[in-house]
Amino acid sequence: MSDATQIAASAPAPVATAESPQPTAVAPGTGAAAIKILARDVNVFYGDKHALKHVDLDINEHQVTALIGPSGCGKSTFLRCLNRMNDVIDGCRVVGSIKLDKADIYDTSLDVVQLRARVGMVFQKPNPFPKSIYDNVAYGPRIHGIAHNKADLDEIVHRSLERAGLIKEVHDRLDSPGTGLSGGQQQRLCIARAIAVNPEVILMDEPCSALDPIATARIEELIDELRENFTIVIVTHSMQQAARVSQRTAFFHLGDLVEVGDTEQIFTNPKDGRTQGYITGRFG
Amino acid sequence: MTDSSPTIASALFDWNSPRMRGRFVARHKADRRLQIYGLTAIGTAVLLIAILIGSLVASGYHSFVQTHVSFEVFVDPSKVSADAPEKGNYRNIVRDSFTAAFPDATSPRDKRALTDILTADAPYIIRDRVVADPSLIGRRFEITMPVSDPFDQFEKGVIPRDVPEEQRKVSDKQIVWFDALVAQDRITTPFNTGLFLNADSRFPELAGLAGAIVGSFYALLVCFLISFPVGIAAAVYLEEFARKGRWSDILEVNINNLAAVPSVVFGLLGLAVFLNFFGMPRSTPLVGGMVLSLMTLPTIIIATRAALKAVPPSIREAALGIGASKHQVILHHVLPLAMPGILTGTIIGMAQALGETAPLLLIGMNAFITSPPGGVLESATALPTQIFIWADSPERGFVARTSAAILVLIGFLIAMNLVAVVMRKRFERRW
Repeated sequence: MSDATQIAASAPAPVATAESPQPTAVAPGTGAAAIKILARDVNVFYGDKHALKHVDLDINEHQVTALIGPSGCGKSTFLRCLNRMNDVIDGCRVVGSIKLDKADIYDTSLDVVQLRARVGMVFQKPNPFPKSIYDNVAYGPRIHGIAHNKADLDEIVHRSLERAGLIKEVHDRLDSPGTGLSGGQQQRLCIARAIAVNPEVILMDEPCSALDPIATARIEELIDELRENFTIVIVTHSMQQAARVSQRTAFFHLGDLVEVGDTEQIFTNPKDGRTQGYITGRFG
Repeated sequence: MTDSSPTIASALFDWNSPRMRGRFVARHKADRRLQIYGLTAIGTAVLLIAILIGSLVASGYHSFVQTHVSFEVFVDPSKVSADAPEKGNYRNIVRDSFTAAFPDATSPRDKRALTDILTADAPYIIRDRVVADPSLIGRRFEITMPVSDPFDQFEKGVIPRDVPEEQRKVSDKQIVWFDALVAQDRITTPFNTGLFLNADSRFPELAGLAGAIVGSFYALLVCFLISFPVGIAAAVYLEEFARKGRWSDILEVNINNLAAVPSVVFGLLGLAVFLNFFGMPRSTPLVGGMVLSLMTLPTIIIATRAALKAVPPSIREAALGIGASKHQVILHHVLPLAMPGILTGTIIGMAQALGETAPLLLIGMNAFITSPPGGVLESATALPTQIFIWADSPERGFVARTSAAILVLIGFLIAMNLVAVVMRKRFERRW
């Protein structure tokens, strides 16, 4: 516990990543942001496979942090540690400390159900429930017992759809099935579903990889708007996307966190040769 | 790359060479052969089923009609007292009323031979009418009742006229009387409602499947009530909660083994445990259903696990991702999506149970019971055991009834499997 307070006290200062051979400079500006999630020495094992090695990473509040890297580099694995979605995978073991607002999310006293309400998630493939649009968005508030009456629930659903930029398209057909929407609309429905429980952090695992460029542009716009109210972590294969939507970027390679820094710095002046190689398209 | 001479590699890729053409022809032939093998297999299966159904229909179709005779009954007040209508001498009433139309039958022997045209239950049929309505005493009324089995078979042509008299159960004299009844339009062959409304009887003309159908229904009800919830709960635990490891593997192997255990073994188990150890009532649908549920359980567990596995992980992740707890993920999303598959498996399991004979024989559901059971605790037969009993009976009428009962059983099976297919088509969801 004392360790936690110590780290939290030093939190406002720029924190360098320990793994990178060269010390990674943190560009000015990021230091001012409050740290929402603090990951220290995170290791993930799938059976005997060491999938994620000694990752130290800070996620700043009200910023978009992009996780990039070639396939199998561990970025999705890291993302899924942040709301303990790895718990459901057989043989997956997480070692290290991840603190959300100074509380260790892997502590036994922390309820994983509550954690996932605070740290929402949007998946690669749009996965609306085979229910109506209304029920999709209302599901989270319902299971957590948030709304006291129908009017409250209606308001939550409408506000969530509004914030997800979907309300204009669906306001007259809330009772039609969510699976009947187009791919981009489905993904925005999933975002609305995630924000309906008012999470603090939203994790997005390649949210645009199944969408066409127009739908992608809408989601990216939306991510930029959502940044005001939520802390966002996004895994993406598209470096242009990372450059467009994120303030900070972390580059993973073969289970190592190679480099983390301001997005501008990572894309214009990477410190590590591997980062340079990846963003210039020499591998990955 | 040069155009001087074709290299070895490009010669190998010459699609128009005789070798290549030959290969194409051979490949297409192989495709056709595979198709023909399949068609032959399906043709064989269809042929066998056609032979089965055809032979059953050929031997059983005439049990779906029943020969009836109508005649005038005079309830002689000297033989029945209005005070105790159930105690009258109905045997004499039947004999006197039926023989009245045939003045030539005077000797007691002839009268008895003539009365043999009627079902042996004729006195009881009239008694029941009189008890139900005592005002009939002293009056005349028309009654229609089944003829006895030999005459039913005779009317249907199963007993031919041209065999020598001593080789048939119908005498020449009786044939003359019967022909007279036919000439008077007193013989009718309506649809055999008794086949479905009567319970078992010693007399084929009165025996029906009502007891067996009701018994099978109760047994399946018990079987469903036990195996459906238990099967789903077990499958949900194995699929959603159990850690994958040696124990779950052992459990899985054993469940699959359970599905392969011969049904007679389950019957012996039911006899030893349910009847002898727990002292439950024998021959009852309760015990029958319990034994059948042992057989249905593995089918339901296996079908449910497959249905649960088929629910896409994205739905579970979506629910988990907004903080649904495990029971919410299972009850709100996984089970409803798996339900069509589960129900299909259940119906197929139930259809198996409906046709299962051996375990029911061992717990005594092949008893001779002449009324449909009023509940799961009353002795009963089931459809397959009723078939077993009838197949064992020597009377000519039971041969046809056995086939008819098999057709009824197959009808139920086809209906159940059809429901399963329709449900699968209707609720099948594609992702």
